[in-house]
Amino acid sequence: MKIQVKNIYKIFGNKPEAQLGKVKAGMGKEALLDETGHTLGLNDISLDIEEGQIFVIMGLSGSGKSTLIRHFNRLIEPTDGHIIINGQDVMALPERELEDFRRHKISMVFQRFGLLPHKSVLDNTAYGLQIQGVGKAERAEKAGYWLEQVGLKGFEEQYPHQLSGGMQQRVGLARALTTDPEILLMDEAFSALDPLIRREMQDQLLELQQKLHKTIVFITHDLDEALRLGDRIAILRDGELVQVGSPEEILLKPADDYVQAFVQDVNRARVLTASHVLAPAKLTVTLKSKPQQAVELLKEHSSEYACVLDGTQLKGLITVLDAQRALNDNADSLANYLSSVESVRSDTELEQILPNILSNNGAPIAVTGKDGGFKGWVSCEKLISLVA
Amino acid sequence: MFPELFSTRELRKSIDGSVDWLVTNYADSFEALTQPFLAILIWLEQLLRGAPWWAVILGVALVSYAASRSWLLSLGMSALLFFIGAIGLWDQGMQTLALMLVATGLSVVIGIPVGILMASYDRFRKIMLPVLDIMQTMPSFVYLIPVVMLFGLGKVPAIFATIIYAVPPLIRLTDLGIRLVDADVLEASRAFGANRRQQLFGIQLPLALPNIMAGINQTTMMALAMVVIASMIGARGLGQEVLIGINRLEVGRGLLAGLAIVALAILFDRITQSLGKRMSVAQQDS
Repeated sequence: MKIQVKNIYKIFGNKPEAQLGKVKAGMGKEALLDETGHTLGLNDISLDIEEGQIFVIMGLSGSGKSTLIRHFNRLIEPTDGHIIINGQDVMALPERELEDFRRHKISMVFQRFGLLPHKSVLDNTAYGLQIQGVGKAERAEKAGYWLEQVGLKGFEEQYPHQLSGGMQQRVGLARALTTDPEILLMDEAFSALDPLIRREMQDQLLELQQKLHKTIVFITHDLDEALRLGDRIAILRDGELVQVGSPEEILLKPADDYVQAFVQDVNRARVLTASHVLAPAKLTVTLKSKPQQAVELLKEHSSEYACVLDGTQLKGLITVLDAQRALNDNADSLANYLSSVESVRSDTELEQILPNILSNNGAPIAVTGKDGGFKGWVSCEKLISLVA
Repeated sequence: MFPELFSTRELRKSIDGSVDWLVTNYADSFEALTQPFLAILIWLEQLLRGAPWWAVILGVALVSYAASRSWLLSLGMSALLFFIGAIGLWDQGMQTLALMLVATGLSVVIGIPVGILMASYDRFRKIMLPVLDIMQTMPSFVYLIPVVMLFGLGKVPAIFATIIYAVPPLIRLTDLGIRLVDADVLEASRAFGANRRQQLFGIQLPLALPNIMAGINQTTMMALAMVVIASMIGARGLGQEVLIGINRLEVGRGLLAGLAIVALAILFDRITQSLGKRMSVAQQDS
């Protein structure tokens, strides 16, 4: 477990501690405001965030998500509760250790970028290292590397106001990565960007995450974004946790009407992937199988085809007719009788699979894992039930 | 007739008494404390007056160019200084220039830290705001009397009176400038683990610099407005010329000295302004 959020309460007002008892006894947000003039920001938030995950916290404005993310690096102090990172309670860190923690372990990307207007792109990117006291040459080298990673090579000497919004946020991302933190906090990092750029940035983040495996806490008000990026999603409403789950769980089993209202307009074809419509293969044969065996197996299962594997790799498809032909020809193996098969990776969006199905005239489409290993077939029934 | 609530005569007398007590007991130590400032002022004055006129003009031209990167401006500034010499007020002009530089320098040394403290501590700000109001609106003669009593006639009280009058805009604009620094940028620096010192020198002061420069500009202008009054308590220079002109009803003498003061004012204003402008362009946000 990387990050454990334990019973975080945040009350805004003159004497928040004095109101804590009432909130813990169950007083709601409105009652508290009427009675004491205090605003309940976060109410008993507990979360477990696994290492290497993109954990998305989603909610509308006023839900407390931006307040919550600022608790992870203690830009905001909680009224009560703990955040445990790598076994260390962040809330218990004294000033100097907190600074050290912020310098090395955790960094942040901001909605409105938060770039330093008086520093060049390179110096902005190197800011975290500068704070750490790293020498100039090393700073320039690391910052240059990360600028290249986010596609901003050649812009080192420019100033932030000379860049577009998308480019500024790339600088923000590079700046956050340059200190090589274990945890990345992203506060509505892409919300200020226009939709095309936003999608580009999401792709870039996912691509980087494939290589880096950081623990990322990502805040957004956009459910599409949450579903696209999140390994797990927490939904926040009025400072309370409504649901925590995988994107599929949120989409397919919304916890209440509030979540239901959110998810009903989501374009599932763009969110769900081939892994959601996977049907395991009933019948597999290997390259080493004899034609005789294949024919018998096919007849036994009254199946028209079977996939042929070499180890876990999919080699092709053998139909009943071809298997019979192989048998008639007295062939040694099925290798020369295979027909090719359309395949998609398990993280392919349904939207991209749909045209394949239409153009494939009802022939089966295989689903493979990231390593190319065979996982099963695309189930048309499941696909229709999810998308329709 | 407003009823007499307490004896104001007694109040006045007790104030007089405490000032007298202060003067009798501490005037010497106060004067000793100010010796370093006096030494700096005298050194600067002798430097400016002793240097050949063309060297001073060249120096001002270089400073203007450094501040503005414009040959035109630095040519104009040289012409202004030349004008002061041409109307026969070179020596007085240098005396006033020295006083101005020392007063402005001390104002910066006092004003910027006070402004920073005001921006950092709300309670301190609440105390300072009325104090600044008093400094700016209290007629200067009111504090000139006790200052002269404590420090004697001459340059030192003139510097003090000038600073009291001239430093408030710098304090206010430093405070304002720091408060106007984008909260997002400051938050970002905190998120990367910047400590108070790194936040102040890396973010707050650089971003407040255009406002601080505007404050320094205002401070020099107000300091120049004090030169005539300062001359009443013994500071020599252009103010004294104006004073003599008034006393002897010599309109010409007064006018020429007045024009020389205006020339110095324009000099200071343009140089500090162009410096401020260049700084704000360098960090302009979209």
